[in-house]
Amino acid sequence: MLIDWYTVVAQALNFLILVWLLKRLLYKPILNALDAREKRIATELADADARKAEARQERDAFKRKNEEFDRQRAALLTSAMNQATAERQQLIDNARKESDALRAQWQEALRSEHQNLSEELTRRTREEVFAIARKTLADLATTNLEEQMADAFIGRLHKLDRMEREELESEFKAASTPAIVRSTFRLPATQRAAIEDAIRDVLAIHTQVQFETAPDLVSGIELTANGRKIAWSIGQYLTSLQERVDDLLDVRPKATTKAAVPPEHHANE
Amino acid sequence: MHLSPDDVIYWQYGFIKLNATIAFTWGLMLMLAIGSTVITRNLSTGLTRSRWQNLLEFLVTAIEKQIEEVGLSQPRKHLSFLGTIFLFIALASLCTIFPGYEPPTGSLSTTVALALCVFIAVPLFGIEEQGVREYFTSYLKPTVVMLPFNIISEFSRTLALAIRLFGNMMSGAMIVGILLTITPFIFPIVMSLLGLLTGMVQAYIFSILATVYIAAATQTRQREIHQDSGIQD
Repeated sequence: MLIDWYTVVAQALNFLILVWLLKRLLYKPILNALDAREKRIATELADADARKAEARQERDAFKRKNEEFDRQRAALLTSAMNQATAERQQLIDNARKESDALRAQWQEALRSEHQNLSEELTRRTREEVFAIARKTLADLATTNLEEQMADAFIGRLHKLDRMEREELESEFKAASTPAIVRSTFRLPATQRAAIEDAIRDVLAIHTQVQFETAPDLVSGIELTANGRKIAWSIGQYLTSLQERVDDLLDVRPKATTKAAVPPEHHANE
Repeated sequence: MHLSPDDVIYWQYGFIKLNATIAFTWGLMLMLAIGSTVITRNLSTGLTRSRWQNLLEFLVTAIEKQIEEVGLSQPRKHLSFLGTIFLFIALASLCTIFPGYEPPTGSLSTTVALALCVFIAVPLFGIEEQGVREYFTSYLKPTVVMLPFNIISEFSRTLALAIRLFGNMMSGAMIVGILLTITPFIFPIVMSLLGLLTGMVQAYIFSILATVYIAAATQTRQREIHQDSGIQD
């Protein structure tokens, strides 16, 4: 008999015990380990996905910030360039204004200098003329300049034509105040008497004559009565001389001014 | 010369006896239990693991996959039973390389015991899956006429399981024994290698057939569920 039923039962029991043993010792731990590993891998994958998503978000955020920074930088740069351009323009304008002001000041100073020079020239010329005239008169005659002036004034009175004499006569008669004779220097008594006589002769009136000294009167003598005036003075000669000198000087400073301002000065501005 | 290790009795008290079949079975059980305990004592759940753990994981997942491929949708539920059949028969064949060892599967008593376990497990799994009424109704399909044939088929396939395994294992051992007396040198080693291969194939065949029987017993119900869900879809 090949089948031993006792052994069959024993082997069946052995097999069932082995099933229980292996289930407890082999399958369960192995499957648990597999499940745990799968779960762990799944967790790690999920974690990796989450980190990847986070990294992507951070990258996007960084990119956005970078773009924003670029935009702000470009805006700031443009603003700075605009400001610099405006500042430069303002500086150029200021420099131009300053230059204009300096030029005007320089021209004014030049003009003032010219005027001063002209006045100085006039004064010196006048003084020189007086000095020369005085010295010449002194050298040529025995009388002094005042005498000559008084003589010239008296000569002028005598040279008045008829109409002028009548006009003066009527004016002197109508005058409530005495006639006034003004001279640059104080006239000696003889000169005064000669002038008084000449007035009486020429105008045929007996009026009170008052003598005054007027330093501003340029080397001359004048007779005034009731607003009417008759005079002899070197001043008119000096005035004509001054006009001629001024004409001469007017030409030269203008030429000098033009030469002093070079043409490229405008171009530099 | 004895045909079955059942005949080698080490100890006997009345009808209780300890023969070579039971002794070697206990030895195999001990090897499996101790091996499993030692390997699964320090299981790693991380990405790095020991070679033995890797081997066991490969075995378990391969058996699980095989069960699933045959048609059982819940392989873990049947893994203990079917995996143990495979591992026990495979280890019993593998140990034939040790001299003096006689495989317990070379005993008809062992193969009958295993076949009986399958014979009982098939209706149990079927009833668990389908219910008593549904399961026994399946014997009347496609017609009532088929009932005796179905019953005969149940018994004959169980007998075939037992005889197939016994024949192959016993023949392997017998051939090696006979050849040792005729050509004692190289030839028995070659035949022993062939016997190892046969043993592995038989372990696969036995477990896969058991899987198919269980799948056939539970599949009717699963097919109906699939059809119902298909109609609902």
